[in-house]
This record gives sequence, C-alpha cells and structure tokens, in this order.
Amino acid sequence: MKKLNSLDDLARFSQHSQHLNALKNSNEAAILVSVDPVCIAKGAEAIKDALVAALADAGLGNIAVYEVTHIGNPEKEGPDILVYPRETHYVRLVKADVPEIVNAIKTDTVVTRLELPLPVVKDEELHDPEPKEVRVILESIGKLNPLAIEDSIANGAYGSLAKVLGEMQPDEVIETVLASKLRGRGGAGFPTGLKWKFVRQAPGDEKYLVCNADEGDPGAFMNRKVLEGDPHAVIEGMAIAAYATGARQAYVYCRAEYPIAVNTMNLAIDQARRLGLLGENILGTDFSFDLEVRMGAGAFVCGEETALLASIEGGRGEPRVRPPFPAQKGLWDKPTNINNVETYANVPKIIGRGVDWYSSMGTEKSKGTKTFALAGDAANTGLIEVPFGITLREIIYDIGGGIRGGKKYKAVQTGGPMGGCLPEKYLDLPVDYETLGQAGSIMGSGGMVVMDEDTCMVDIARFFMEFTQDESCGKCIPCRVGTRRILETLQRICKGEGKPEDIPLLKELCEETKQDSLCGLGQGAAGPVISTMEHFMAEYEAHIYDKKCPAKVCRDLIEFSISDNCTGCTSCARYCPTNAIAGERKEKHVIDSSICIRCGICHNVCKFDAIVIE
Amino acid sequence: MPEPAKIRDPLDMPEQRRVIDRTIDEFMHLPGAAMVVLNNLQGRIGYITKPMQAYIAERMNVPLSKIHGVVSFYSFFTTEPRGKHVVKFCIGTACYVGGAEQLIDKTKQVLGINPGQTTPDGMITVEVCRCVGACSQAPVIVVDDLNHGKMQATRINNVINQILQSEAVSAA
Repeated sequence: MKKLNSLDDLARFSQHSQHLNALKNSNEAAILVSVDPVCIAKGAEAIKDALVAALADAGLGNIAVYEVTHIGNPEKEGPDILVYPRETHYVRLVKADVPEIVNAIKTDTVVTRLELPLPVVKDEELHDPEPKEVRVILESIGKLNPLAIEDSIANGAYGSLAKVLGEMQPDEVIETVLASKLRGRGGAGFPTGLKWKFVRQAPGDEKYLVCNADEGDPGAFMNRKVLEGDPHAVIEGMAIAAYATGARQAYVYCRAEYPIAVNTMNLAIDQARRLGLLGENILGTDFSFDLEVRMGAGAFVCGEETALLASIEGGRGEPRVRPPFPAQKGLWDKPTNINNVETYANVPKIIGRGVDWYSSMGTEKSKGTKTFALAGDAANTGLIEVPFGITLREIIYDIGGGIRGGKKYKAVQTGGPMGGCLPEKYLDLPVDYETLGQAGSIMGSGGMVVMDEDTCMVDIARFFMEFTQDESCGKCIPCRVGTRRILETLQRICKGEGKPEDIPLLKELCEETKQDSLCGLGQGAAGPVISTMEHFMAEYEAHIYDKKCPAKVCRDLIEFSISDNCTGCTSCARYCPTNAIAGERKEKHVIDSSICIRCGICHNVCKFDAIVIE
Repeated sequence: MPEPAKIRDPLDMPEQRRVIDRTIDEFMHLPGAAMVVLNNLQGRIGYITKPMQAYIAERMNVPLSKIHGVVSFYSFFTTEPRGKHVVKFCIGTACYVGGAEQLIDKTKQVLGINPGQTTPDGMITVEVCRCVGACSQAPVIVVDDLNHGKMQATRINNVINQILQSEAVSAA
C-alpha cells in the first residue's frame, strides 16, 4: 500500500476505491489481492506478482490486479483474492495455485477446491430504519465493510479531515463545532466545541486526546456498534479534534468486554497508518497525529473521565476531584480532551455537511441526532437513531413496536445505573438532555430498557443498587458506604422484612450519597431508587406493609402452585432446576414449596397457563 | 502410587515463562505499561498468580503494591486458573429483566456449581458478568467469547452438552 502524500492523493484513492466498490455490479474483470499484514507474511505479494505474470502470459494482461487491505479472515483464509466479475473468493493460496486460477479465468470457470464464498452476515441488532428515525451516526453501519478502509474512503471517510487540513485553521474548526451546538454524547451533554476550546487554550505543547469507549452502562451498546461498524468515522473525528485542540497523541479506551470492537479498531488504525492517514505529516501536511487502543479490564467506574485517565496511566481506575478538569490537567497531568465515541463520530458529518444541516435537527438546546439501544420488553429491540425532541412514545411505540406480547407498559429506564425509570405520564416528553433531567432521569449514553407490567420496580431499584455497590471503587466514603446501606435496605424490603421507617431512611441515604460522593458514579447511584420511589411508591408500600410483590417477582414474597389447568404434560417437572415438581404423566402435578426456589421457569414453560403465582 | 500433580506456577514452566518474559519485554516501555502488560498476560496465560505479580513488579521496576493494586482492582484479572471453558451469564439490565437469574438457577442444577466456581474436572467455569453489550439479544450467555442470545432455561442443557461433546470429540 502506498502512503497518501497529499490531499489530491486522497481524492484519487477515493475514486479508485469507488471503482473497486462498483466491481460488484459490473461485468468488469479484475482481481483483488488482500495485502493484510498477515496475508503478506504468508506470501500474498509473491502471489500477486505471479498472478500479474501469469495473466500476461495467458494473454489476459488487460485484467487489472489491485491490492486491497482486507477480504476474508487473514488468519484462517489468507492469502486470499477476489476474482471479478464472478466475485469468486479464493482462499489459503500458494503460488502454485496461480496457473490453475488464471486458467479458470480464461475458461470462465471456478477452481472449486480453492473457493470459499464470502459469508453473508445478518445483523440482528440493526434493522432497516423505521420512518421516524434519522440515521447519521448509524448511516453507513452494515453497508460498508469496516475491516477494509477502501470501503469507508469510497464512502467519503477522511474527506472532512482533508477539508480541515486544506482549508481551515484550528480555531475555525472549533468555531464550527461550537456553532453546531454539538454536545457530549457520553451523557453529561457538555458543549463539545467549548471543551475543545479549553484544551486548545490550555498552556503547554504536550496535549492528549482520549476517546471514551468504556461503554459500561448495562443496556447500552451504541458505541460498540459504531466501533465495530464504522471505525474510521471515530478515527477521523479524533484526527479533526486533535488538529483543533493541538493534541498529537490519542488513546481509545475500550472496555475489555468488547473484544471485537478492540480488534476492529486496531485493524482500522493499522490500515489508516499504512495509508498515511495517521502518523507523521498526514496527507503531506505538517499535521502529525497517532492513536492507539487501550483496553479496560472490567471496571465500570473507568467510564468516569478521571478514573479512565488513571487507568490509561496504568493504575487503579479511581476517580479524583474535579477541578482541575482534564482540559487543564489530564493524562500525565497534561491538557487532555476526552469525548465519547459518538461525539467524535458526529464531527466528520458536521464538517462535511455543514452546521446548518446539523442544527436543523433536534431541539433548541440539543442539536442533531442520538443513538439509543432499545432493549427489554419492547417488541422490536435493537439500535435506533432519532433526532432530539422525538417523544418517548414515538420511540417505544412507533419505532419499538410497543410492548412485546401485548402487555402493559410500566416504565422505561434511561441513562443506565445512574439514570431513572419513567412511568407512563412521561411518555409524551420530548427526549433531550434537559427534559429527561427534569423528569428525574438522565440522557446518559443512550441505553433505553423498556419494562412491562411484570417488572417489579423495587426489585429493579435493588438490581441497580447491587450493580453500583459492586462497582463502587471505594475511594470515597459516601459512595462506598452509602450504596451498601441503600442496597441492604432494598434487599430487606424485597425479602418482606421492610419497615415503615425504611422509606425516610432510603430518602435520606439517597440524598446524602448523591450530594457527597466524589464522582458521577456515587452522585448518580441513587438515581434509580429516587425515581422509582417517586413514581412507584405504591409498590414500595405493598412490599413493606402488605409483604406483597404486586408484580410477582420478589422471590420471598411469592408462592407457586399448580391449578386444575394442568394436563400432566411433565414439562414443568423436567425443567425445574430443583426437582420441586412431582406428578405422574397425564395427571395434575404438585409443587413442593419447601424445595421451590420460585425461579419461574415452570411458569415460562407451561403451555396451559396452569402455574399460579400468588 | 504416583504423587498427585502439584499445580505449578506459570513462572516455573519454561514455555509459560517465555511468554511472560516476551510479554513484559514487548510492552514495558509503553506509557502506562502496567495495564497493558497485565491485560496481555491475563489473555495469554489466563491468570496472574502472586509470584507472577512479584516477578512483573521486579522486571518493570515498580512496587509490587502497584501491580497487586491493579490486579485486585479490575474484575477481569484473575489469580487462579479458570476452567478450560468459561460460561458467562450477562446480568446487565436487559438480561436481568429477560430472566438471567433463571438461567443461572438452571445451570446450578446442571453443573452443580455456583457462579465463580469451576467444575471439579476443571472443564467449565461459570461466571456472571456485567453487560456484554448485546442487549437486543437478551438474555445472553457467553461461551468462550461466543455470544448465545435469546437464551432460555430450557436450552441450557444443550449448551452445556455441546461444550462437553466438543471436548469428547477433540479428546478422541
């Protein structure tokens, strides 16, 4: 692969890549050879030379042979080539295979022993957009091959970087992003342009750029999809941010739970570097910039920016007091710009299509679009992207298809473990940073878990508190002790051991944990408890006073039995994990409640609605 | 009677020792190297014992307290070998709402072990983990890095059997 040494080189490479892309739909004969480093190590270059020579010998010198960064899995299938117009994928080639392949081209046949069709991958997470969606960040995902940089460049990737390098001063870039009113997609919604300005203005020559890809909120997977599906949008956005802020080195901090995202990013970075889109003197300009991926190791708190920096520095991911903010004192005490994956991915779009286009979407204070991970009891789950200002009802009912199984809506949980649960009365709320905050939840990074009537809100509060208590790093006392006391209280209530004074106690604990904790984790930890107490107090009271779980979830407050509907099919007895169900075939079964752990598997497998929960 | 095989530290096994040395040499000069070295060792060796931590600290010329502090802070680092196969239950919000607990209950019965434990033959370790980010496929279990979505308690037996069968095949 030759480095691109000028803006014109990039334009030419883009045209070349578009030509390669168009081969799929043309009758042109051509051969693509993967020059992935692994394929090269296995002799791809010699195979390419042999192909060119053999084609010439066979009088097929008019068939062009092109190098591409990636075709199939290089480890398992390399060296591999793609032969057009048939689009035949030949794998695990050695030089000796070349004459046979050229002969097949000449006779318009296929060497079946070498052929391995490219897999057709079906994406279960990203459906065709619903009418109310607007896809900007997700636009290209699924349509381009994230493992081959040519595909992205054919689709316009790095065009905005070229525009910035060729036409704009760093301050102009910052002004443009400011004017677009882009806000941080990590959840807090801080104006991105302003953050960049702070970093640019911070004294010192050594500055860093960090991409927060530690998407730890349970229920959120938008960033993973962007990293896996459109990595070059993130790299380009980071390069533009580096140009604007004056940073020369960047890190993408990605959680270890996302191995595919890490691999995809590493491959994309390597390909960009080989083309000279990263490294020294990018596209022949005096702008130099490089980045690498750093992996987390399973600590949720590392999504907090100061904890994340501590982790990149190689230590325990414990947060510290702000100020000073990372823009003043960040990585290795140098000014550091930290943005979320989606924030960076927005930048090339804004530069490329203009501020007016961007700010035409969204509300007064929240511009553009937001990706959400719709999960839980919605009929259609998966990734969606909507303009700010759309209502929760439109998201859940028009895009999500309502509640699965025709059940009743109970709440939507937004913002992850620091967020809140919003009941039906908020369904017509327009979704943006401010209104979600006023309603007692947060935008967060974009997880949206829909819950139906079978969900116990006290149990959900307990679930989240178990999570935050477990993930509390322990550095500050309000969070370390506060989350534990809240959790113990909730566990007691769920067991039916709650006391009336637990409600004021919970309120007090929540307030103090929120006020006094060091970082966002502790400050937000009480969110799910506060919001469920506000909107679903009746459920708390039922647990405490009546010792009942209205949603029939809390195991200590329910009993399972079998009604006369039972046909004796034995299904429940077979799947019961504690063998608590007995009965003869075709006779009514009985549950031994002293062994029953109330897991509900029998209820799920019974086809005759015979399992009664009380 | 032969002595029962003692579990040897990776440092005492020449092949593993070479991997450890190579990994330290490869990454120790990076800024923030401790996390990178430990992440790679966890991946390549599978666990990081106390003697290994001491060795890493000495080679990298940092206090052992720093290395141990990092190892004990992050949940991905383990100090003991895990089973040959790892079955992880995602207990993120969507998976929890989708019935992850039932799946764990069923697995307890099938394998006779609790999350965090390994079967006595060293074959399967069961773990719970926080959101793996496959929420639209909830509930999800992860078998050796491969996600199984929309899992049901009724399918747990099959999943476990598949692991055991693949082992039986490779043994044969």
